[in-house]
Amino acid sequence: MRNILLGGLTLALFAGAAQACETVTLGDLSIGHAWSRATIGEGRPAVFYVEITNAGAADDALTGIATPAATMPMLHETVVTDGVASMPHAMSVPVLAGQTTELASGGYHGMLMGLTSALKEGDSFPVTLTFAKAGAVTVNVEVLSLRAEGPECDDAN
Amino acid sequence: MTRIPLLRKILWGMVVLAAIGAVVVQLRQPAPRVEAAFRPEFSLADAAGKIRTNAEFRGRYLLVFFGFTNCPDVCPTTLAEVAQVMEGLQTQAAKVQPLFISVDPERDRRLGLTEFTAAFHPSILGLAGDDAATRAAADSFKIFFEREPDAAAPDGFTMSHSPRLYLIGPEGDWLRQYDYGTPATEILADLKSRL
Repeated sequence: MRNILLGGLTLALFAGAAQACETVTLGDLSIGHAWSRATIGEGRPAVFYVEITNAGAADDALTGIATPAATMPMLHETVVTDGVASMPHAMSVPVLAGQTTELASGGYHGMLMGLTSALKEGDSFPVTLTFAKAGAVTVNVEVLSLRAEGPECDDAN
Repeated sequence: MTRIPLLRKILWGMVVLAAIGAVVVQLRQPAPRVEAAFRPEFSLADAAGKIRTNAEFRGRYLLVFFGFTNCPDVCPTTLAEVAQVMEGLQTQAAKVQPLFISVDPERDRRLGLTEFTAAFHPSILGLAGDDAATRAAADSFKIFFEREPDAAAPDGFTMSHSPRLYLIGPEGDWLRQYDYGTPATEILADLKSRL
């Protein structure tokens, strides 16, 4: 019984990871690994993680996110100072030339407040990212398990 | 004759400079952290309203995290690691009790504590006492948390808190902390070496 449970959990962790591995491009930017975690109900905020690679010579910045899945999506940054974690708003996230910027656990992330419905594992929803220079692009965000630590992609990024 | 004293002066000057440098280096080093043994105490309600205290967990290790269920980033990441640790312990899992102590107890009781902890691992026990008991528990663990007004956050506030995991021994002694981001494999290896 325990093994069946564990097997189920393992499957749940890795199931449907393919979508989060898709990459979309916008000029010099390529955006991939867009994922979120399942939520318990709609009363708690969801998270949005993504990876942005700027192959160009000019810096850019992520200035906003929008999604039909939440009425109040915002950029936040987890900051740990003197052993205390807080989560201030980020006005924008620098996307420096020649670098990959991650919205990831423990750093910058999108916080999706006012969910229109609970996020269920296996679901996906669109998020439109707006950049200071490159403009806007929409990515599909895959909802992984609440316990997931990220999508499993073959490119091992 | 005059050149020798000059050389001596220079050499003595260098000695003095080196001594000053050594003192400066010494002063700049942070004081060694004294982590004297202490026994954190708590008396907090579980999801069913039953008061749970540190005393009932004697004989087992406690893996303690202070967080809140509305926390989208740090808390799920850490509890997912706790879940991995508990699975990795396999037959030794019964020797370790993971605790999630809410620093936002009123709201967490309302939103549901058990469904949150169970989503990570069935063994995680969620505790949400009243404000005074929560503050007392945090003080006892020597941790900080604070309610921060934030007009943009749900209900108009968010919580800042210590994002570490704390390990309490079978005798109730505070043993160590695992900093935020410590890989589950590292925590697991450390625990296994103690069990």
